[in-house]
Order: sequence, then structure tokens, then C-alpha cells
Amino acid sequence: MDMEQKFTSKTWPESPEKTTLEGKNKFLGFWLFLGGETVLFASLFATYLALKDRVPDNSHALAQDMFELPLVFIMTMLLLTSSLTSVYAMYHMKNYNFKKMQTWLLITVGLGLAFLGFEIYEFNHYVHAFDHTFTSSAFGSGFYTLVGFHGAHVVIGLGWFILLLIRNSRRGLNLYNAPKFFVASLYWHFIDVVWVFIFTVVYLMGMVG
Amino acid sequence: MSTVVQKKGFFPVLWDYLTTVDHKKIAILYLISGGFFFLVGGLEAMVIRIQLAVPDSNFVSAGLYNEILTMHGTTMIFLAAMPLLFAFMNAVVPLQIGARDVAFPFLNSLGFWLFFFGGIFLNLSWFLGGAPDAGWTSYASLSLASEGHGIDFYVLGLQISGAGTLIAGINFLVTIINMRAPGMTYMRMPLFTWSTFVASALILFAFPPLTVGLFLMLFDRMFGANFFDHTMGGNTIIWEHLFWIFGHPEVYILILPAFGIFSEIFATFSRKRLFGYSAMVFATVLIGFLGFMVWVHHMFTVGLGPTANAIFAVATMAIAVPTGVKIFNWMLTMWGGSIKFTTPMLYAVAFIPSFVAGGVTGVMLAVAAADYQYHDTYFVVAHFHYVIIGGVVLGLLAGTHFYWPKMFGTMLNETLGKVTFWLFLIGFHLTFFIQHFLGLMGMPRRIWKYLPNQGLEVGNAISTVGAFFMAAGVLVLIYNIIITQVRNERVGNDPWGDGRTLEWAIASPPPFYNFKQLPLVRGLDPYWIEKMEGNDRMTPAEPIGDIHMPNNSFIPFVMSLGLFIAAFGAMYQVDWRASDGAEYGWAIPVLVIGMLITIGSMAVRSLKDDHGYHVHKEDLEKDDEEGGRL
Repeated sequence: MDMEQKFTSKTWPESPEKTTLEGKNKFLGFWLFLGGETVLFASLFATYLALKDRVPDNSHALAQDMFELPLVFIMTMLLLTSSLTSVYAMYHMKNYNFKKMQTWLLITVGLGLAFLGFEIYEFNHYVHAFDHTFTSSAFGSGFYTLVGFHGAHVVIGLGWFILLLIRNSRRGLNLYNAPKFFVASLYWHFIDVVWVFIFTVVYLMGMVG
Repeated sequence: MSTVVQKKGFFPVLWDYLTTVDHKKIAILYLISGGFFFLVGGLEAMVIRIQLAVPDSNFVSAGLYNEILTMHGTTMIFLAAMPLLFAFMNAVVPLQIGARDVAFPFLNSLGFWLFFFGGIFLNLSWFLGGAPDAGWTSYASLSLASEGHGIDFYVLGLQISGAGTLIAGINFLVTIINMRAPGMTYMRMPLFTWSTFVASALILFAFPPLTVGLFLMLFDRMFGANFFDHTMGGNTIIWEHLFWIFGHPEVYILILPAFGIFSEIFATFSRKRLFGYSAMVFATVLIGFLGFMVWVHHMFTVGLGPTANAIFAVATMAIAVPTGVKIFNWMLTMWGGSIKFTTPMLYAVAFIPSFVAGGVTGVMLAVAAADYQYHDTYFVVAHFHYVIIGGVVLGLLAGTHFYWPKMFGTMLNETLGKVTFWLFLIGFHLTFFIQHFLGLMGMPRRIWKYLPNQGLEVGNAISTVGAFFMAAGVLVLIYNIIITQVRNERVGNDPWGDGRTLEWAIASPPPFYNFKQLPLVRGLDPYWIEKMEGNDRMTPAEPIGDIHMPNNSFIPFVMSLGLFIAAFGAMYQVDWRASDGAEYGWAIPVLVIGMLITIGSMAVRSLKDDHGYHVHKEDLEKDDEEGGRL
């Protein structure tokens, strides 16, 4: 099958991400990779829970002292919305509407960047207002590692979207790049799901002590 | 591009192997580098046994002994046993399911190069200030106190090669799920494919905890984090949990493919269908599940309490049930068969009692209360060597002889093969059987020397003699390999004459595109079925058509090289910070450059379209008429 073949919205297959064998492999392989990522984050969550509020002495700030719901609420809304906009993008991808897919992916990237900005502000705030650093206590190490790993995933996801958008900006959709867009958005959903758990386990459970 | 021109000469061949994405060539790369690390690990084992041959010995110093012991374990598990298994998985699994290649040929190559550079990095520690010395388990309280860069080499080297393993695992899962030939249903897959499938699933879920554990260790040692430092609120037990949540499934990642190889060998040389096929599949899957639920049996003496210990003790004992199912099925496969005692079959037959001995001591160790007596003694050393050598290494040696003709197109010498077998088997039991008793007599494991007149002399001397027998067996094998390759007597599709599965229905070695026409699979042991109906080849499932092939690529090598370079930067920035920036000013730039190389090559891979090429139908037909290979 010619990978560069041009389609119309009539001839475009129903599941373009799984039409070619390469696409099918990529789709399944990426789901499996996300399975491994789940275990990775499960290990980080377990480590964080074991080290939560474990500090060398009383002078160190604990979860209750630091976390503030309004900030985390805004971050959560930004990321959840970005997940929704990436769904819209994939909806348009499946309908062979390249322009709209681009638009929604750009909105997704914008929301992701806003989230990242808030996270940088948040970390900066903890370091300067509470002396809560990566090296100040086991709690600090656990917190920044778990939330930081998530943040690194956001960075990678954004870089991935941007790279895909630039590379394909002028050539439209075909069966070669459709699976690429699809797995990138799968990754973005995964990042969102992990954040839901971080919101619950780190922030909500941190607030109640 | 339609045909591939085979270039001759050293550099073209080298370049071909550096850029190959062909599963058969990657198998050879895994075999060579795994074999090399096996020899390195074996040499380390010999030093250990020479040091312990006589009491109060000073053959090596205490510090060096710790390094050798650590590197022996780490090398054998991560750099020898796993890659050698990957060699056979790569060589055989795509053929067994009737596929043209693995699902992700590019990632297959990337997985290999990551493993390779990780292994080289780890072993460079010998030349750069000392190897890791906290045991292959590298418990945090020990390894945080270890001076120098040994542990850093361990952490970074395993991180890099572990990423390669994870990639390989995902690749095999997708290959087996998506790439099976028409008619190759799950319950018609050969047992080696099944065990590769389950082992790959274990890799997928077991390696991320190791990745996290290694990251935590890396952060603690190199970036000032406090995960394992209790004075800062840390907890050293976290490492033990993460390590063993990976470490126990790892044992099954190693043993299941070996079980698979033996299953193929038993059926082939008993010239009978494998007894209890579906029970074998079920047992393999069950072992895979249970493998994740037993890690605390490595930590019975930590003090997690009687409830935890009891639960994990029972779960551990439960694994003996599916394993027993397998043992009986292998014996019943032989029962009433027309057995041919070739070299691979000798290994398979010897494997049963050897592995059962290791299994029995395993159940003994699973009794939590009794484990307080056995823990950290030579009894444990004897147990896991019976499992690993009696199971995995015998499986690897059997597989080497069994699949050599398929990989290289020429047969290893059978007489020399049998000499290797007897030397190795006798040496193995001589070395490790006595260690059970040394352990029960109280000899602790990982000990540098013992004093005279404690009743440990005779046992240790016998053990060392055995190690020399094993070394002699390996030397005979190397000699065998050299003369076989020099003589290079070509063999046909099915050199053993009794091949049952698809890999024996194709030339040895297979053409680069594997099957000209995908075969139609009509049942378990498809090639055997065709042979029994008087056909000399598989019934094709499709007409001859163009075959799509992936392009070679140098990017996997560069990507892995970038991480290799970055690892040096990550390690020496510790000294840079310790010297307040006075020395090692190059560390951070090197770290950045290395990461840029890796990220840059990932971007190139993503941005540059790679559609592969086609081998055209006309060329395949012409090739047929000329009787040659493209």
C-alpha cells in the first residue's frame, strides 16, 4: 500500500490509525508501553506514600502546610481540558479534517504549556517559601520525583505534538502520519490520567493530613 | 530499490551489522555479545572459586573480591543470560510464527545497542577506578556507603541496558500478537513462542520498578536526594521492595524461555507431540502471574511480620504446582517416544533432575521460619545456581547446539558437543551440590575467606575442582564453534531430521525476507503435519507477491551512544560539584552533549520518513528459477 496515498473524506478509512500493519503494530505497542508506564508510576506513587511527610526534624514543612487547593484546581482543569481538546483533534483526524485537527492540537499544546507554567511556579514557590527542596528531606525527594516525572512527561508530550505539527504542517493526513498523531494523543491522555491520581493522592490526601 | 546487493569484505559486513534491523542478524549480535559477557562472568566465577579453594587464601584482596562477586552476578544475569535468551528469541520466534520480521525492526536494533552500550559502560568500571561492590542486589544501605564510582557504573549501566530490555519485551509481545501467519492461532503456537510471550509480558511489568529503583539510587548518589537515608527521613527498605518486585519476575523471565527451548527439544527428539500442550501453556501463564506475587520471600528476615511472611511463603510454594505440571509433561513426552540422544536432548534430560533439585531447595527456602536459618548462607547460593545453571544455562547450551544450524547453516560437532555436556554437567554438580552442605554447616554467602579447621576445607576444595570442569566444558564448546565455522559444511532446512515447527521448513539460515510466501498453518507442529502427509514443504497461504522490507538504520547505534556518553557526564558531575567546580569541568557539557545526541537522533527518526522498500515479485521468481538466494 502506498503510504503517501491521498485520500478524501469519503475514502478515508474509519480507523486510519489501525489500517496499515505498521499502524496496528504501533497502536498495540504503544498501549503496552503505557502498561509499563503505569507500573513505573505505581512504583513512584508507592515510594512517595512511604516517604510522605518524612522529614529530618520539625522545622521542615509538611504536605498540610504547603499545598493549596486553588492552584492545584486550576492546574487540574487546564490538564483535563487539554485532554478533551486532544479528543476533538482526534475526532477531526478520523474525519479527515486536517485543519481542525491542527487547530485543536495547538489549543492542546497551549493548555499544556499553561499547566507547565503553573507547575514551575508551584515548585519555585515551595522552594522559596518553605525551603522544601529535592535534597532537604526524603519527603522532598519523593515529592519532586513523582510530580517531576509527571512534569517531564508533559514536556515530552508537548515536544512530541509540536514536532508532529511542524513536520506535517503542509502535507496533510495520510496513513503514515495518522498513527503518529493517534499515539501521541494516547500519551497525552495517559499523562492526564496520572495527574488525576497525583491530584488525589498527593494533593487531596495531603490536605487532609 | 528492488534487490539487495551482498557486499563482501570486512568493513561492508561491519557496517551491515551496525545498521541491521534484520532479526536474524540481531540474534547473532546478541549471541556474540552475550557469549562474550558469559565468558567475562565465567572468568569472575573462576577467581571466586580459586580464592575460596583453600582456607585463609590471599589470591585476591577483600575489596577486589567484593567487586568480582558483584560483577559476576550482575554480568551473568543482565549481560549474559538475558541477551543469550534474546538471541534465540530473535532467531527463532519470528520464524516459528511464520512472520517476515518482528513488529518493530528499528526498535529491535535499538534494544540491542542499548543493552550493548549499557554492558560496556558497566564493565568499563574495571578500568576507571573500581567496579561496583555491593552485590548484584546492591542493597541501598551498602551501596550508599560504597566509595568511588563503582555503584554509579552499576546504576547507569543497568539503566541503559534495562531500557533496551524493555523495548525488546514490547517488541516481542506485539510481534506475537499481530504478526502470526494465517492459521497460527494462539493454541497452535510452539511452546518457545508461548514462553517468549509470557516472559516478554513479565519484562514489560517487571522492568519499570527496577527503572524507578535505579533512578532513586541515581538521585541519591549523584544528585543529593534522600530516598534511602534514614537520617533525612528516607527508608532503605524501599530499594529492597523495588529491586525484588523486579528481581523475582526476572528469575521467571530467565527460566520460562529456557523451559520453552526444552519443550521444543523434548518433542523433537522424542519424535512425539508435546504431552499436555494446553496444560503446558496454562502452567507457563500461571507461573508468569504467580511470579509477581512472591517477591517478599527474598525479604523474610527484614521483619515485615508473620502475616506478610506467611502469605508470601504460601504463594511461593504454590509456584511448585505449575512447575511440577511441566516436569511431568516433559517426562510423559519422552514416555513411549522414539528417543534420539543428540546433544540438545542430553541437556534436556539432564535438566529435569538438576532443576527439580533446585526447585526442592526453593520450597525449603519458602518456609519462612526455616529461612531464618538458610538466609545468606551457601545453601542459598547452591539453590539459585541449581535453578539458574541447572535450568537457564543448560537451556542456553541446549539451544546453542539445537539452533546453531538454523542461525549459521552449519552443525556443531556432535561428539565435541557431548564432551562439553558431560564436562559441564559433572562440573556443575560437583561445584554446587556440596555447597548445600557448606551452607547448612554455616558458611555465609559473599564471604571473602574462611579460616582453617572449621570443617569447610574439603567442601570448598571439591567445589573449586567442579568449577574447573565447567570451564573445560566451555573451552571445548569454543573449540567446537571455531572448527565448525571453519569447516562450514552447509546443511539443509531440517538438519536434525525431526523438526516439527515452522523454523525447520525454511532454509538454514533463512533468506533475509524469511518466507517467500507466508505458510498456511493447519495445526500444532505445522511442519510435522505436512511431512506426515508426504509434503516436503509448507502449503503457502498466499501467492508470490512483493515483500515489504524495512530499511537499515544507523540511528539506533547513535541513540544508544548518546546515552553512553551522557552517563559519563552524569557520573563525573559529582566530582565536579565536590571540587566546587575546580575539576571535571567537562562533566556537565558531556552530559548535555550526550543527551543532545540521543534526543537529536530521536527527532531525526521522527522527522525523516522511513517507508522501507519492496522486494519485487519478479526478483523472487527469478531467484526461484536460479535456485539461489537474493
